[in-house]
Amino acid sequence: MDFNLNDEQRLLSDTINRFVTDRYDFEHRLAAMAQPDGFSRSTWEELAELGLLALPFAEEDGGFGGGGLETMIVMEACGKGLLLEPFLATAILAGGALRLAGSDPQKSQRIEEIISGAHIMALAHHEPDGPRHTLTRLTTQALPVEGGGWRIDGRKTAVIAGAAADELVVSALAPQGPSLFLVDAANPGVTVVRRHGYDGVALADIAFDDVRLDEAHCLGVAGEGAQTLRTVFEHANAAVCAEAVGIMSDILDTTIEFLRTRTQFGVPIGSFQALQHRAVDMLMELEMARSMAMLAAMSLELDAEPRARNIAAAKARVGSAARMLGQQAVQLHGAIGLTMEYKVGHGFKRLTAIDALFGDADHHLDALAQAGGLLANA
Amino acid sequence: MDLNFTEDDLRFRDEVRGFLQDTLPDHLRQKMIARAHLGKADIVEWQRILNARGWAVPHWPVDYGGQSWTPTQRYIFQEEMALAHAPEGSPFNVNMIGPILCRFGTEDQKARFLAATANIDIWWCQGFSEPGAGSDLAGLKCSAVREGDVYVINGQKIWTTQAQHADWMFALVRTDATGRKQQGITFLLLDMTTPGITIRPIPSIDGVSDLNEVFFDDVRVPVENCIGEEGKGWDYAKHLLGNERSGIARIGLSKERLKQLRHLERTMAADGRLDSGEQARLARRLAEVEVELRALELTQLRVVSADAHGGGANSAASILKVRGTELQQRMTELVAELAGPAGLALPVHDDAIEGGHEEPAGWLANAAPYYFTMRKVSIFGGSNEIQKNIIAKTILRL
Ligand SMILES: Cc1cc2nc3c(=O)[nH]c(=O)nc-3n(C[C@H](O)[C@H](O)[C@H](O)COP(=O)(O)OP(=O)(O)OC[C@H]3O[C@@H](n4cnc5c(N)ncnc54)[C@H](O)[C@@H]3O)c2cc1C
Repeated sequence: MDFNLNDEQRLLSDTINRFVTDRYDFEHRLAAMAQPDGFSRSTWEELAELGLLALPFAEEDGGFGGGGLETMIVMEACGKGLLLEPFLATAILAGGALRLAGSDPQKSQRIEEIISGAHIMALAHHEPDGPRHTLTRLTTQALPVEGGGWRIDGRKTAVIAGAAADELVVSALAPQGPSLFLVDAANPGVTVVRRHGYDGVALADIAFDDVRLDEAHCLGVAGEGAQTLRTVFEHANAAVCAEAVGIMSDILDTTIEFLRTRTQFGVPIGSFQALQHRAVDMLMELEMARSMAMLAAMSLELDAEPRARNIAAAKARVGSAARMLGQQAVQLHGAIGLTMEYKVGHGFKRLTAIDALFGDADHHLDALAQAGGLLANA
Repeated sequence: MDLNFTEDDLRFRDEVRGFLQDTLPDHLRQKMIARAHLGKADIVEWQRILNARGWAVPHWPVDYGGQSWTPTQRYIFQEEMALAHAPEGSPFNVNMIGPILCRFGTEDQKARFLAATANIDIWWCQGFSEPGAGSDLAGLKCSAVREGDVYVINGQKIWTTQAQHADWMFALVRTDATGRKQQGITFLLLDMTTPGITIRPIPSIDGVSDLNEVFFDDVRVPVENCIGEEGKGWDYAKHLLGNERSGIARIGLSKERLKQLRHLERTMAADGRLDSGEQARLARRLAEVEVELRALELTQLRVVSADAHGGGANSAASILKVRGTELQQRMTELVAELAGPAGLALPVHDDAIEGGHEEPAGWLANAAPYYFTMRKVSIFGGSNEIQKNIIAKTILRL
């Protein structure tokens, strides 16, 4: 039993954290947000040069073969800096689907380009009138076309990095069941409308009208999309748990500093016990969340059942901690916490988005309860 | 990072597990499962069994009967004890006065007390709190005036757990009232049979009378019963109250309790005593408690791992007491809720313990008293509010 990073992981951690500290301060983030893509292309290239985009991909596909812990390290640092660049969308969501379900040609045609930063991908799964989180209840249709290939029709919303993406992984209901497709953003019939996420992350609404695909663009086996998505969302949840920990630790640091320096009634407000105890509660929530984010990262290699349970537990726990820390960080700052010119409010909003993504705390607690609990069979 | 125990640790765990299976008397096990109140005889019986194996005081220095266990092994030992429903030894002997004697005692004091303390041939009680000195312990007033070879004690202590059973008390008394309140405190050992000591029980809301007031009226204590230096008692007391990082959250205990809750959930559902709405609600609450327990366990393991790998201060350690006690309380609260009106009648002493049913015998009647009892864990040993003050100062530096 050991919770220390090994030498390589420590090096990775140093590298990415130094990058965030030196190259991604809050001003830089605001500037990136104002770019046409909603993130900085040059930062994206730098991340590629650091090799981060290669991290989650297998060595035989040209990647570094990193596991859950490596992703955790990167995502925690991304959280600290509130990075806007589409690492999650490209490397974990769409890239994850590609890794898990892609055929050799599908992978070899893309992964190298992803790693170099030249090919941005996004996962188009969530639907405007669908459930808050589902793997199977889709209205987007995939119909087999006579003579081979597919026709896709439907609408997707809140597609992370959807407007910048060169290519989309699209979930759709085929006669065989939920399936995944690789759709070029420039494909006829694809209409992308750029949207702004409240968390500063660039999103898109995407419509698919009579989009025609050949057989080679069905990702994996038709009808097996839900299984792939389940695993992709597990990886994504482990990743955003770590991102949330990074954000929470950053906003807690900022809040503590503020408590030390802001004076009212002639004293630093940090001398008020009500606020001290609130800050301690925040620290406790952070540490519990950190433990669970570690569990999630270390669970990705487990068998399906314990993996699903552990990650649901982690997302639920991190989600509730994120809500508490976000709200209290704003509260303890007073009005400045509500402004766009101050980073804490941005952290709060990103934490809110993280809870909402891939099943919120309620969703995962219900799932656990229905599965007989976290420790069932343990 | 690796969540698994090493082969060595697993071997150790099996050894502990086997020992507990072989030696824990069944009547103690049954009482523990039922959450029945344990008497002095119970605690003594078990501690002597442990002591015969050399495991009564594993965290003491090896020279004084301890074991050179790693932090991980200590963690495993505690967890296995809890999962096997083994009682904990007397904290006053094992965790409080023993380590103080090992560290600050004279050779005479060690020879006189240590072995007897490990074996509970001496039952110790703790005389720290006073009516005017609770969280602000340094405000204590009970006075000790030196007269030749003795201190003459006058004053009172309160909340003295099991003073009625105690052979000896370790106490903080005031030998000097002129300086800062932390100065002039002296750490004394008192024979409870000394003339001038009066004990008055204070019944508590769990139906037990383990709390006491202890009055001192010209009680004469030989000066050789002073620990360390006169007037330095506060330093020793701080040492005693200092966090024991490994095990403070009592994860094992909570795990065992959770198993019991799950068991109750299943048997009550099978008997048709929970309607479907209740079942869903309970399943959800239990899932929440499980997640919290897992988060706390991992946090505890992070601290154990940091200790084992020579890691320094870890802010995770500071949350263990607060969150650990909150979780213990939450679980006892859930059991009391489950008991409902059938749990209103107080336990009939001891006869609830004969087991044999699917459910742990006696759980119903003990559920609420146990819930009431467990409110103490966030009050004693430095209340949770005091813990937060400490965290705010030392970790957050506010
Ligand atoms: C079951 C039980 C067994 C005990 N056994 C023993 C024993 O064997 N020997 C012994 O010496 N003592 C014993 N105690 C006493 C225990 O140590 C005290 O109860 C404890 O120190 C708190 O003191 P108090 O009860 O006087 O509460 P107080 O100190 O009066 O506290 C009352 C409330 O105010 C809060 N509070 C106090 N100061 C602050 C502050 N600065 N900031 C914020 N909140 C504050 C407390 O957290 C608490 O909520 C026992 C207590 C219990 C409940």
